[in-house]
Amino acid sequence: MRGADIVVRALEREGVEVVFAYPGGASMELHQSLTRSKKIRVVLPRHEQGGVFAAEGYARATGRAGVVMATSGPGATNLVTGVADAYMDSVPLVVITGQVPTKMIGRGAFQETDVFGLSAPIVKHSYLVMNTEDIPRIIKEAFYIAQTGRPGPVWIDIPKDVQQGSCVPVFPEQVHLRGYNPDRKIDPIAVQEIAGLIEKSERPVIYAGGGIISANASRELIEFVEKTNIPITTTIMGIGAIPADHPLSMRWLGMHGTVTANYAVDKADLLLAFGVRFDDRVTGKVSEFAKHGTIVHIDVDPSEINKNKVAHLPVVSDIKYALQELNKVVKGKEFKAWHAQINEWKQKYPFRYRVTEEVLKSQYVREFLQGNIHEIIMPQYVIEVLSELTNGEAIITTGVGQHQMWAAQFYRFKHPRTFLTSAGLGAMGYGYPAAMGAKVAHPEREVIDIDGDGSFLMNIQELATAHIEHIAAKAVVLNNQHLGMVVQWEDRFYQSNRAHTYLGDPDNPHQIYPDFVAIAKGFNVPAERIFRKSEVRPALERMLAAKEPYVLDVIVPYTEHVLPMIPSGKTVRDIIIDEPAGADLGGMGGL
Amino acid sequence: MRHTLSVLVENKFGVLTRVSGLFSGRGFNIDTLNVAPTQDPTLSRMTIVVKGDDATLEQIIKQLDKLVDVVKIQDFRDGEYVDRELVLVKVGADSKTRSEIMQICDIFRAKIVDVGHKSLTVEITGDESKINAFLGLMEPFGIRELTRTGKVAMPRK
Repeated sequence: MRGADIVVRALEREGVEVVFAYPGGASMELHQSLTRSKKIRVVLPRHEQGGVFAAEGYARATGRAGVVMATSGPGATNLVTGVADAYMDSVPLVVITGQVPTKMIGRGAFQETDVFGLSAPIVKHSYLVMNTEDIPRIIKEAFYIAQTGRPGPVWIDIPKDVQQGSCVPVFPEQVHLRGYNPDRKIDPIAVQEIAGLIEKSERPVIYAGGGIISANASRELIEFVEKTNIPITTTIMGIGAIPADHPLSMRWLGMHGTVTANYAVDKADLLLAFGVRFDDRVTGKVSEFAKHGTIVHIDVDPSEINKNKVAHLPVVSDIKYALQELNKVVKGKEFKAWHAQINEWKQKYPFRYRVTEEVLKSQYVREFLQGNIHEIIMPQYVIEVLSELTNGEAIITTGVGQHQMWAAQFYRFKHPRTFLTSAGLGAMGYGYPAAMGAKVAHPEREVIDIDGDGSFLMNIQELATAHIEHIAAKAVVLNNQHLGMVVQWEDRFYQSNRAHTYLGDPDNPHQIYPDFVAIAKGFNVPAERIFRKSEVRPALERMLAAKEPYVLDVIVPYTEHVLPMIPSGKTVRDIIIDEPAGADLGGMGGL
Repeated sequence: MRHTLSVLVENKFGVLTRVSGLFSGRGFNIDTLNVAPTQDPTLSRMTIVVKGDDATLEQIIKQLDKLVDVVKIQDFRDGEYVDRELVLVKVGADSKTRSEIMQICDIFRAKIVDVGHKSLTVEITGDESKINAFLGLMEPFGIRELTRTGKVAMPRK
């Protein structure tokens, strides 16, 4: 068999049903072989970055490794952002690139890049395949490494002559890696210790993260929460691990999380950190984070223990197994005073928004609404209505920025693997291609990219992919003509000096720019633009009714800030909370 | 604090890049690094000497351990291991100083491996303190060239 055929056969044996692949000189052998596969669908993205984000969307929505393929040189370098994202957010990915022929490596050949060297700091593992016979073993190992333990990206670089070479392939059934042991389990003593700590505590809090989602341990987590009666907050990566409306949920914590969750962690005497990494966007000033509490930290990755925060009881374990063991022994307590306190905070500090003075005075109101302040579309409102219309059941992806935080705040997620966002790396342009990947994985489900105008533009070419491949991923663009989150920081910390954060046309600020509706038309993708609050609901309904990709461009004011906010490196005592004064024209009530 | 790490790795290309990248990515300089195959030709042993604060090193050790190609890692503390280094040093020497240098070499059991009109090349093996003492004594004669293998280490038990 030829090397390229062996690659495709090996992928089929791993159960791969789709690859996102952009061909080029060094990978066309693989594409030729893919045309002969009856099992694998090939989705042709319009940019390799779109391909890798789509593969990530597929992987996050399913838990199975996403597969992306590209050619050497620029094909490979265009994948780097997505691979770095997968590494940060622990997304299982198998990345396959063509490489120049082995004889040409190191000669500065056309489209040659040292992919192995380039990718080393952002992969869980990588291979440069030097012999055709090694392909079956390497692909088997790659999927195993990508999908076990703490998941992550594995990059396989295959020179063209290795793809063209022939051998009789031997497909291994087992993987032998003496330097890799993902099988980590909590010991019974630690289980008893944790049960004892819960028994003694008065103000416990669960802080759960992406590890719960990766381990498919949402059910076990909810059982633990309900058994112990301990209030829970999640990270952004952990959204969906427990329904937003669960009575014990305090929603998510950190820089733009709920006041309740941040207060609770601050006051907690026991912090149960499950599958988290004490990221700086969660902790703020890390020495002040949860400093009154005993910290139990369970993670499958030993290097996360004591990395950012020293745990009093560190446990290296698969979190699903750990929760199963804990659920056998833990007992609940009333925690009456604690719950009373938390409920008081919940009442007092819901996620909320209002039409601010800045909005009322804005050019947006004058120009686009002719001063009709009742038609102001607050970005949060759009998400609230979308959440209501989809009953919290849609898969939501996002770009990066304010809209991302609002999506996390105002969409009421019910299930794991339904909020797909570039959390760690914060890669703009993630939303739409990720939505395509998720839609390919779940064609029966509604998949919507809640995006910003800046992020959406970064991978807008993927509308072509969606149209051609009949991938009915939708996009709601909260278009404020600015890089909203940077504007917010400019307002808070740089005296509102605008430093290249305006995305519209300075020569013609009265017109929305770029014209996403016209662009979408060029891609044969239906699209509409709305300015008025009364249009939001019907427009969202039209979008949801569409059986094909759809772009809804919603013009919103740019002066709005994401609140609450704990400024970078600060503590919960520095939290900025929206003052409920001014016109109350927003939304459907507090959340 | 100075650490001596003994890292057992798969004898494959690219392993050195992965290992050293964990140090360079954190702005750590490796003092010495030695790599060679073990009695099992599919495995190599690296001995790495590095300075840094303990918390960062703990993190680097855990990250090293995570690498698929790293099979085992030991962080040696004082007294728990034996270590040696081999040094080749070319020292300025003329008819007046040559015998004095040779005497010092005798005391240190260093070997003279090459003799020239104006220099001597000496091979010395030993632990850190012995090597430092010897090089200190060679200094006044003028060290023309110096190359060292870096430390190799093995646990006592």
